[in-house]
Amino acid sequence: MSADVPRVKGGLGQSILRKEDQRFIRGKGNYVDDIKLPGMLYLDIARSPYAHAKITAIHTENTLKVPGVLAVVTGKDLEAAGLAWMPTLMSDKQMVLPTDTVMYQAQEVAAVVADSRYAAADGVAALEVDYDPLPVVVDPFKALEPGAPVIRTDRKEKSNHIWHWETGDRAGTDAAFDGAEVQVAQDLYIPRIHVSSMETCGCIAHMDSVNGRFTIYMTTQAPHAIRTVIALVTGLPEQNIRVVSPDIGGGFGGKVPVYPGYVLAAVASIKTGHPVKWIEDRSENLQADSFARDYHIHAELAASNDGKVAALRVKTLADHGYTDAAANPSKFPAGLFHIITGSYPFAKAFVEVDAAYTNKPPGGIAYRCSFRVTEAVYTIERMMDILAHRLKVDPAELRLKNFIPPEAFPFTSALGWTYDSGNYAGALRKAMEIIDYAGLRREQKEKRGRGELMGIGISSFTEIVGAGPSSTFDILGIKMFDSAEVRIHPTGKVIARFGTKSQGQGHETTYAQILAEELGIPADDIRVEEGDTDTAPYGLGTYASRSTPTAGAAASMAARKIRDKARRIAAHLLEVNPDDVEWKDYAFRVKGVPAKSKTMQEVAFAAYTNHPPGMEAGLEAVDYYDPPNMTYPFGSYICVVDIDPETGQVKVRRFVAVDDCGTIINPMIVDGQIHGGLTMGLAPALYEEIQYDESGNIHGGTFMDYLVPTAIETPHWETAKTVTPSPHHPIGAKGVGESATVGAPPAVVNAIVDALQPYGVEHIDIPVHPWKIWQILHTRTPTF
Amino acid sequence: MIPPEFEYYAPHSVDEAVSLLRRFDGEAKVLAGGHSLIPLMKLRLAQPRALVDINRIPNLAYIREEGGHLKIGAITRTGELLDSPLLRKSYPILTDAAQEIADPLVRNLGTVGGNVCHGDPGNDLPACMLALGAEVVAEGPKGPRTLAVSDFYRDTFVTALEPTEIVVEVRIPKVRPHQGNAYHKIEKRAGDFAMAGAAANLILDGSGRVESAGVALTGVGPTAILARPVAGALVGQAPDPSRLAHAAGLAESVAEPSTDLRGPIEYKRAMASVLTRRVLERALARAKGGG
Ligand SMILES: Cc1cc2nc3c(=O)[nH]c(=O)nc-3n(C[C@H](O)[C@H](O)[C@H](O)COP(=O)(O)OP(=O)(O)OC[C@H]3O[C@@H](n4cnc5c(N)ncnc54)[C@H](O)[C@@H]3O)c2cc1C
Repeated sequence: MSADVPRVKGGLGQSILRKEDQRFIRGKGNYVDDIKLPGMLYLDIARSPYAHAKITAIHTENTLKVPGVLAVVTGKDLEAAGLAWMPTLMSDKQMVLPTDTVMYQAQEVAAVVADSRYAAADGVAALEVDYDPLPVVVDPFKALEPGAPVIRTDRKEKSNHIWHWETGDRAGTDAAFDGAEVQVAQDLYIPRIHVSSMETCGCIAHMDSVNGRFTIYMTTQAPHAIRTVIALVTGLPEQNIRVVSPDIGGGFGGKVPVYPGYVLAAVASIKTGHPVKWIEDRSENLQADSFARDYHIHAELAASNDGKVAALRVKTLADHGYTDAAANPSKFPAGLFHIITGSYPFAKAFVEVDAAYTNKPPGGIAYRCSFRVTEAVYTIERMMDILAHRLKVDPAELRLKNFIPPEAFPFTSALGWTYDSGNYAGALRKAMEIIDYAGLRREQKEKRGRGELMGIGISSFTEIVGAGPSSTFDILGIKMFDSAEVRIHPTGKVIARFGTKSQGQGHETTYAQILAEELGIPADDIRVEEGDTDTAPYGLGTYASRSTPTAGAAASMAARKIRDKARRIAAHLLEVNPDDVEWKDYAFRVKGVPAKSKTMQEVAFAAYTNHPPGMEAGLEAVDYYDPPNMTYPFGSYICVVDIDPETGQVKVRRFVAVDDCGTIINPMIVDGQIHGGLTMGLAPALYEEIQYDESGNIHGGTFMDYLVPTAIETPHWETAKTVTPSPHHPIGAKGVGESATVGAPPAVVNAIVDALQPYGVEHIDIPVHPWKIWQILHTRTPTF
Repeated sequence: MIPPEFEYYAPHSVDEAVSLLRRFDGEAKVLAGGHSLIPLMKLRLAQPRALVDINRIPNLAYIREEGGHLKIGAITRTGELLDSPLLRKSYPILTDAAQEIADPLVRNLGTVGGNVCHGDPGNDLPACMLALGAEVVAEGPKGPRTLAVSDFYRDTFVTALEPTEIVVEVRIPKVRPHQGNAYHKIEKRAGDFAMAGAAANLILDGSGRVESAGVALTGVGPTAILARPVAGALVGQAPDPSRLAHAAGLAESVAEPSTDLRGPIEYKRAMASVLTRRVLERALARAKGGG
């Protein structure tokens, strides 16, 4: 682009305001619960107080007496229709309603349908269920012990072991460890947490028996995939199914799975002939919807005495709850956990994961991370610090010594991923400069002299996002491409539809900016729509930071297809040969005579009023983009904490985040994603955790106990960027929605552990509650 | 998250409110700021037959010195404590506490009367009122009565109040020269129940010795706890740092915490002492005209 040409308004790299915020900040969004259909009924769900019990009887009489209650649906009713169980994405099966046994506390037991939400809730309270408690298995290690009570008696295998997965070179890795000069090992537990998005889950299901149409408005991140699943499971013709995902108040992976409530609303609509709304309340959302993480990791790292990493060996036990309802691409039961070699050129690596059933809700969703990448990054970035501690070298120095160098890209990791591009040292050096790393280390030294506790923590993470190439990635067999359909109207305005679904990420703005850049049409003139399967092209939805790498790329490709045709129309208008016309500085120009030009708007008008003879009218294109590779965003974060030595309270004093997501489309939106992601990364490091007692009672099942950080806890985030474009993405962009959630937790924990160096501490499990620190301070003697 | 059906009344006088409470004979609840009661109702842990909303009763929101007392009307919002120049100057313990009560949303609705009457050991004002030697003024079918806060808390969510009574005012002995007080709590996260909290009120005599002391704890027992041994170790003594530390150390033995999501027993006990020392130091500085 020539320097003197004005940029197209709202093109790449401009921090234009988000189009969607006009409605969001005025409270004019349209969420599922805002939608009201004529004759709509309400559904509420009775849930189990026990984590494991036989249901001996369900007494519906009192419920049916509640004024306004119309029906009760139980597992037996569903069984008769063959709907008591449903498949999960991971080829396991999940109860819609139990026919005889509940397997976790807060599991759905029956559904009550009523003419108001209040009557439905009273109906649930009036329902009496008799239970015979069964032995409860909470600890996944105990679940795998011989003689442990078998939870899933419906399966052939009489054990709580679900699957074993491994990758890498076991023998080679073992050999590398045998010969290693230095080895460090650590157990790391990443507890259960919950996405706790602002909007809970819900739907309105409507089976219109007259014309055979089934419509469901639902909180889903993947409407098209849901439509196909409904068609395959129920046999309804797919053209008669419409899935609408309206505005979504945060998804973070929690709105990928199909929850029993959706199915129950559909069943209730079939049963009553009315539209039926189900909206989960906050406790139900926290207690029963898919959890994230819950990985018990044993990691070992081998290195040389001079600090060069050599091999990585990781053994993990995954707690999946009573069924494997994780949302991973089919081939990856442990997600992309094998990105665990991180930013370092390990020669050998071996990773294995075993999954176990316990009496807890299912899940294992990709909470704002591309399938177990958070677990991987946490592990490697903690292990690098443990190695630095053991070798008594500065953790920044250790990383700089080991990083995969920029010239090594594309780089294939020991576990087989081919990283597209990166400059890890560049990002870390920038972060060190911004925060004045050397100055902080000096300050720390002085403070240690006075017995004060200050810590500096680094995380230099590598992400793997944008699932994914059809050779490797599918969900239930459907390849993980994504799509854009772009149509230019006669007046040069655009409607573009996508197979993804924004849940707050700002797609309406970002996609418009990509199209603005490609088409030379201001972003204001481009309308972006997603989420209605009747109108949008087929796609696999939004999660795992995949939208820009897939649908964003499709936007570029569709625009370029339009440009091909438009160039021929421009040539017609300019009365020259198409080969003599080029697209330059946002217009079609006669080569060598740039002043002779036609804008895209002029061409668009001609496409409907004066198109060349023999050419079809109109100006539109569709693209289904199959990415050639994943994108590998990265970054380096540095966190500074001060710890109150009397109370163990941690204060995050500074946090610098240098991110590299390739080409930046809207810097403001990218910063917004980073800010939110960092807060969601701080959360599990210091606050969030769902615990269960021995009887499987959930602790942390309301916002009274599940502590999401507030503005008060959130430090001032200092953000900066480096730009290393993706070589294979049409505009060089990588995903960014998840970098910060993934990168932040180890930076915080590394800072805390660094502060406690005088106490010889190498690791503290998250969340790092003040009393965990206090206990260390009170049981160990420091050597300052 | 939907409460069962209930009736709702919004009386315009205390008498009317009391007669409504009588009519429901213990099955109605006073609704003040609603920030403790409504969550309990939504979880169906409280299922009152009726709510008696006292927000429309005139003249129940005030902060003023009158006679020998600081008087705070029952439906004074906790946010108003924070904004009061009188409290900031003469009763800073209440400014401290208000500052640490959750966030502006909660403070704008939650009331002083509700905070004191709820009987939750996690509330911040009860310990302050204990340390200050406050009284509550209640109106009931038998007319008004005054109860010392030190006799008020019986158990978690249980107070000396009759279900037919309404607290109309909280009274605190008027500030004296050389008096200083402070409150501080630690929490896992803003707006969470305290892991522990401490309130201290000191009055020095002309020679600088402690003439009277009130110390109380938040969140380390079934109710807010008046830490009499801590005060006892201070009265008549010169409040030097080692004396304060010694007295504060006694808070550990007064605390009766339990292990929960807000920490293990040992931690909470230790924090009771750490925080007691910190508020004593702050109260002392204020009594000497600083802080
Ligand atoms: C998110 C959140 C965070 C919070 N954090 C804190 C915190 O950090 N510190 C803290 O101290 N509190 C906290 N609270 C509680 C809050 O301060 C409440 O407002 C307070 O506990 C109760 O006051 P209220 O006016 O809202 O009372 P209500 O909820 O209306 O009533 C509480 C109880 O007191 C009774 N009652 C109320 N007024 C009277 C009266 N005049 N006479 C007789 N009985 C009466 C009611 O019947 C009811 O039983 C928090 C609340 C929330 C929702």
